Amino acid sequence: MKSIRIGAGLGFYGDAWAPIAATLARGEVQYIGSDHLSELTLAILQKDRMKDPGAGYTRDLVPMLTALWPAARRQGVKFLLNAGGLNPQGAAAALTAEFSKRGWQARIAVVTGDGVLDRFDELRAAGDTLAHLDTGADIAGVRERMLFANAYLGAQPLVDALRQGADIVLTGRVADAALFMAPLIHEFDWAWDDWQKLAQALTVGHLLECSGQGSGGNFNAYGEHGWQSIPDYPHLGYPIAEVSADGTAVITKASGTGGRVDFDTLRQQLLYEVHNPHRYFSPDVVLDMGTLTLTDLGDDRVEIKGASGLPRTDTLKVVGGYADGWAGTATIGYCWPQAYRKAQATERIVRQLLTERKLDYQEIHTEFIGLDSLLGPLADTSRAEELNEVYLRMVVRTPDKRLAEAFPRQIPWLGLSGPPTASGFSGIEPARALLGLWPTLARRELIESQVQVTVTNT
Amino acid sequence: MRLVDIAHARSGDKGDRADIGLFARNAADYAVIKREVTAQRIADHFRGIAAGPVELWPLDNLWAIKIVLNGALQGNAARSLRSDNLGKCLAAALLRMEIETA
Repeated sequence: MKSIRIGAGLGFYGDAWAPIAATLARGEVQYIGSDHLSELTLAILQKDRMKDPGAGYTRDLVPMLTALWPAARRQGVKFLLNAGGLNPQGAAAALTAEFSKRGWQARIAVVTGDGVLDRFDELRAAGDTLAHLDTGADIAGVRERMLFANAYLGAQPLVDALRQGADIVLTGRVADAALFMAPLIHEFDWAWDDWQKLAQALTVGHLLECSGQGSGGNFNAYGEHGWQSIPDYPHLGYPIAEVSADGTAVITKASGTGGRVDFDTLRQQLLYEVHNPHRYFSPDVVLDMGTLTLTDLGDDRVEIKGASGLPRTDTLKVVGGYADGWAGTATIGYCWPQAYRKAQATERIVRQLLTERKLDYQEIHTEFIGLDSLLGPLADTSRAEELNEVYLRMVVRTPDKRLAEAFPRQIPWLGLSGPPTASGFSGIEPARALLGLWPTLARRELIESQVQVTVTNT
Repeated sequence: MRLVDIAHARSGDKGDRADIGLFARNAADYAVIKREVTAQRIADHFRGIAAGPVELWPLDNLWAIKIVLNGALQGNAARSLRSDNLGKCLAAALLRMEIETA
């Protein structure tokens, strides 16, 4: 029986592609799906695009494909990447220029139509309220501050691109799993209402969309079979799915790579960033994970069967990001003895000075690095008296950028004129723009009618 | 006993929601965590972190419990002032919870 092997690409903007080279060398894959966009990545790309209208795609695209394409080309491996970000056409232009310079041939498809920032009036006129998905709030309150808004597209335009012979499919915002579902739907010619097979495909995509998290990375388990038992972290291999025409899948990884694919590492990824596991929404199908079976076959192979699919909904998820104030940050360290007491004293001094100087912030967040910066109120502080060292980190929130910039300047003088042993001061940190997220729904046909697939040869 | 002795967990973020997958090592331990890990106990454990309600789904096929902490990320990761803006450590924080095994 025919089976298709798809390898995981990046799991975020900035991830490593050396494991993809290992997959190309020894993974026997026909496709790589690469997810460059987290919920927040579009905010970074928006800043790039404001400086340069030709930017707005993830800048790892060109170096990554330059490194991987010769091996991929030899084996006929195709790439699907959402590295287009806010500017898939710009991404294609940059890639085409680089490939042409090197005399490389490739058929590149570009998927557009996910951006809806300039379509709010049209969507609202057509009946979509664009109210906040969780709170029901009216979008009017944030609309003027909105920096981007993109719909999560499904697999259809990616399948269209593959059917037109594309070697490289570049998209903006699509459902992460669509990058992996599209090759399966294309190769096996699955119907768009074959909910069980689409549910299997969605499961596969979900297991592969976070690169090494699907093969033993960030494996948060302790004891005998815990994180310390994961082999060869430096050469961890990204997961590979081997899928049959009936939808049955085996998750594995390239031979000779580190990491581990077993029931435990895959379970952790299966439920990652899932809300109701009986209603895991995607543009193409709604997955119920309650009937899935994960069977450990040994040798880094796990069989995935039994996913239940429910019909897709009439709406697509849209996520917008809007400017939501500024953060100012200051960090300063203290050593034993009484490291924690000295850091606490400095916090009190700073707060008193802010009051006296009428520097009014919406929120002042304090944490002590080495004691509670990652666990917050859940940290055990019972042994804080004997800490070797601790860093005070204070962060303020304000709508005013100048106030955010002013905050870290209140700290340095305390090195010579405050509690003893202040050290490790890392300089004045620049103010950081904060971003609010606006999840909402839009009617499917209003989005999909604007989606276009363009295919060109380099 | 603490959850870390019989279970493992991974957390992630989606807007203002932190989500945690909690996994028992075998069927017997799954029965224990299903009994011990209630929405009320989770809400108590994460007091000071999660401002909204706790949702919880047991998955017998995976010996797992899916836990969602609403209002746990100061709006979202790009708005949060915390070092752990993505809530990556919340799964570990859960593993510290004391449970009864008898």
